[in-house]
Amino acid sequence: MAAAALTSQLNALVNNMFAMGLLDDQFQQLQMLQDSTAPDFVSEVVTLFCDDGERIICELSRQLEKPNVDFDRVDSYVHQLKGSSASVGAQKVKNTCIQFREFCQQRSRDGCLKTLDLVRTEFYDLRNKFQAMLQLEQQIQACYPKH
Amino acid sequence: MGVGGGGGGGGGEAAAAVAVEGDEAGKGRRWWRVKVKLSTVAVVAWVLASAALWAGLHWRFRRAALHKAEEALVCMCEERARMLQDQFAVSVNHVHALAILVATFHYDKHPPALDQDTFAVYAARTSFERPLLSGVAYAQRVVHADRESFERQQGWIIKTMKHEPSPAQDEYAPVIYSQETISYIEGLDVMSGEEDRENILRARATGKAVLTRPFRLMSNHLGVVLTFPVYLVDLPNDTAVEDRVAATAGYLGGAFDVESLVENLLRQLAGNQELVVNVYDVTNHSNPLVMYGSEVPLGIPSPSHTYTLDFGDPLRKHQMVCRYRNKLHVSWSAITTPSGVFVICMLVGYIIYAAWSRYDNVKEDCRKMEALKKRAEAADIAKSQFLATVSHEIRTPMNGVLGMLDMLLDTELKSTQRDYAQTAQVCGKALISLINEVLDRAKIEAGKIDLESVPFDLRSILDDVISLFSSKSREKGIELAVYVSERVPEILLGDPGRFRQIITNLVGNSIKFTERGHIFVQVHLADHSNLATEAKIEPVVNGMNGHKDEAIAIPTSGSHNTLSGFEAADSRNNWENFKLLLSYEKNEMPYESDSDKVTLVVSVEDTGIGIPLHAQGRVFTPFMQADSSTSRNYGGTGIGLSISKCLVEIMGGQINFVSRPLVGSTFTFTAVLRRCDKNAISDSKTVALHPLPSSFKGLSALLVDKRPVRATVTKYHLQRLGITSEVVGTIDPTFGVLSGRNGSSLTSIGKKQPCMLLIESDSWGPQMDVSLHARLQEMKQSDRIHVLPKVFLLSAAESDKVKKIHAVDSVIPKPLKASALAACLFQALGITQPSHEKRDDSGSLHGRDGSGSLHGLLLGKNILVVDDNKVNLRVAAGTLKKYGAKVECVESGKDALSLLQVPHKFDLCLMDIQMPEMDGFEATRQIRAMEGKANEQADDSESGSEIAAKTAKWHLPILAMTADVIQATHEECTKCGMDGYVSKPFEEKQLFQAVQKFLGPCVSS
Repeated sequence: MAAAALTSQLNALVNNMFAMGLLDDQFQQLQMLQDSTAPDFVSEVVTLFCDDGERIICELSRQLEKPNVDFDRVDSYVHQLKGSSASVGAQKVKNTCIQFREFCQQRSRDGCLKTLDLVRTEFYDLRNKFQAMLQLEQQIQACYPKH
Repeated sequence: MGVGGGGGGGGGEAAAAVAVEGDEAGKGRRWWRVKVKLSTVAVVAWVLASAALWAGLHWRFRRAALHKAEEALVCMCEERARMLQDQFAVSVNHVHALAILVATFHYDKHPPALDQDTFAVYAARTSFERPLLSGVAYAQRVVHADRESFERQQGWIIKTMKHEPSPAQDEYAPVIYSQETISYIEGLDVMSGEEDRENILRARATGKAVLTRPFRLMSNHLGVVLTFPVYLVDLPNDTAVEDRVAATAGYLGGAFDVESLVENLLRQLAGNQELVVNVYDVTNHSNPLVMYGSEVPLGIPSPSHTYTLDFGDPLRKHQMVCRYRNKLHVSWSAITTPSGVFVICMLVGYIIYAAWSRYDNVKEDCRKMEALKKRAEAADIAKSQFLATVSHEIRTPMNGVLGMLDMLLDTELKSTQRDYAQTAQVCGKALISLINEVLDRAKIEAGKIDLESVPFDLRSILDDVISLFSSKSREKGIELAVYVSERVPEILLGDPGRFRQIITNLVGNSIKFTERGHIFVQVHLADHSNLATEAKIEPVVNGMNGHKDEAIAIPTSGSHNTLSGFEAADSRNNWENFKLLLSYEKNEMPYESDSDKVTLVVSVEDTGIGIPLHAQGRVFTPFMQADSSTSRNYGGTGIGLSISKCLVEIMGGQINFVSRPLVGSTFTFTAVLRRCDKNAISDSKTVALHPLPSSFKGLSALLVDKRPVRATVTKYHLQRLGITSEVVGTIDPTFGVLSGRNGSSLTSIGKKQPCMLLIESDSWGPQMDVSLHARLQEMKQSDRIHVLPKVFLLSAAESDKVKKIHAVDSVIPKPLKASALAACLFQALGITQPSHEKRDDSGSLHGRDGSGSLHGLLLGKNILVVDDNKVNLRVAAGTLKKYGAKVECVESGKDALSLLQVPHKFDLCLMDIQMPEMDGFEATRQIRAMEGKANEQADDSESGSEIAAKTAKWHLPILAMTADVIQATHEECTKCGMDGYVSKPFEEKQLFQAVQKFLGPCVSS
């Protein structure tokens, strides 16, 4: 029973994430890739993404605080974040990254800082949801051996 | 979001542009104000200068006039003065003569021979000699001692000038003789008059004529008195004064009545009216005395002339002053001429001003236009960018939609649901293709389109296009055929994708608008076509009156000699012309490839509804269809033709068309491609070429077709497979040809009997199969033919159905294309396909079951994935593993290099482009260099051995992984040695398409 409730909770959470546009079909692809051969595929990838993203965002804010911003470097970081988010299907973060890169190309520090805030908010929002999701999954998995 | 950002940026730019414009406008306004000021100043200065010119001219004219007047005045004055002087001199001379007369006759004779009467008469009669003298008189010198004797002798006493008896004086000078005019002075002592006395004293002292100062004469006229001494003896010139006084006998005097006499004199001269003449006695300089003329002082500084007169009296000085009576009036010309000049100046100024201001206006307008033009151009660029961006942004979600629909269709659905989903997918695909077209168009407008230059097989591209439309043409029952001239080289260098796009577009249009008849694509070399166009001129000339005829001709003439028998718009493609073209091909020498360029003429002919005459002009305008109802009936945006036109122009060709409403349209375009030597094609690039099977070489066929054009097309396809063919019009002569009786017609096939009998479906009557089989069997039995030929039916209908109905060996589906034909023949003739050719066939089957094939392709393959992004790497690896591949991951180009040291086990490498330290392009370059080295070594060490040939070619397929599929052009990837690209994250279809060229499904390790 508990497992079923948790599963429906998980489904609701994931559906909510889709509905809010946080995720796109790429995430579904990931879910489909998870099977018996790779049981923890999604959680693995999501964890990688969260760590990676956090690192990049820290790095970005450090770069942008410097008096002389090296925009090429910032751009390459944003590119990485964009790649990761595209792979995970984190649509919103990816789109903001696209915008971010435009500001990088314009060499607009203000624009970059603004979008960085946006990316950070979106990223942490997503990370929280992801973490909630992983927790739920763990709980579900924890349920099964009992039964 | 990207759009929003772009919009924001655009807004900022726009604001900046407005600011710049405002600034410019402000500058312009300031400049304008300065110019207005300048022009005002210029106008004022001009007017002032003109006025000054006027004044100057006027002054000059006046000066000239004055000068002239002065000259005239001088002239007249001198004339008068001289005359006066002459007359005076004459008078004085005559008085002198009178004096001598008196001396001679009065004093030298005793008794004197002269008395008053004689003197009076003489004087009166000679008065004309003295025009200026009113009269002359002679006064005798009488000293006081002699007074009484004198008075006695004369009988009167001496009186003063006042007619009183003279008081006692030292001496007297009583007038004894006088001219009648002045007889009133007889007996008067002239010494009593002050002036006369002075005169007398001076005259006798000098012995010369002397003059008094002007005074009122007794006649009350202004005048002067001339006095001449009469001496008793003739005195020499240097006689002393005392002697002269002593010798003096008397005085001859004359009154110059200057006023009246000079008046009379001057009156005789011209110009008397305008001239005022004054004569002054200026002996006393400070007080000039008027001798003649008005007393009015000469206050007006009008031009005057002074002339010094010499009346013979050295003591007295006289002057004549002349001036004009009236003030000199200013002449008209002195006003009109400068005024005229002034007016001219004003006009010239106005003209200059007008021209200048006009020039200014025009310049201003021009500047405005320039600004507008700039804005328009900017707007155009913005539009293109907007289109590109928006299209790009739409594509991404659309791909999502389509992907989801794909997945949805994979799930279990009710039939209605499936129908809806399929419809949605079709619509989505249509939208994607539309967006691609818009993007294409935007790219072309932005000049961003680059043509590839790769070798390709034109014929196979046309086959592809045909197969694309085959189902549609079959549905509509339209004949669809391709013919490529033999002389078109097999391999050409160019952009196959764009070429295909143009033809696809044209054929697609034709299919859309054609309900019956045919669509016929032909490719010829340009020089042939030129010959054919000459033949074409004739119908074009008739075109004018031809229209009406055709309207009638359509119902009446049942069959034209075209592909399907329907009339075509451009009569170039009727059989006569086509035959002409074919004959050129056959007769001419093999084409001398002296130039590298090949100009192809491609024509797409249909028998559709045609293009209305009024719409023909705007066919190539984007988003313009023949009329608005067209898009309702047939759909489409009308952008395709404009894109085709652009592409054709980029390829160095032209596109045009001939169309007749209700008859059809023929679009013709030329394209300049380059010749390509087949041997020169490098191995890596043969991908695009799909060689046809060669198993049919040397076979021969007999074709039954009543339409020569269609027969030629079929023949062309057979020929491509190496099959020679013979054409007969109907079934009946078939048997003769088969048995080789009319041998002459079999020359082209030789002695070999045709092993195939191809029959067009419209030559195939009901029950034909039975009789045909019977005849053939009969022939076989009677040993006229050795092998029973296989019978093929060429039909557009479903092949299985037809095969069931008619007893034939096989049905070849139409539209014909060489590969399908080959497949059909393989099946029917039982020839097995060589294994290496199978691969090509499997290529054409792609997409039927994408994921299955992908699984098949990737199963057991060793794949190296290079990406610096862990997440990407993990996802890519996961995906590939799902398809059964063995995946290894590295995070940098360097690691990849170390793993790919030859020999290695990998079948494929997927490489991210953008990586730190060493990007994908660089890594690929190094990998290729490494492989090249390894290949060389292998060649050197083991040349000759067969093993070497197998292993020598190290060439690992490397595919770029990129998120931006649009920007990553194929060319960019191939430049650095990559073999293609896959999108990131993977899309099944795209991944399959990219991978299937390199990984054969049957080659599994």
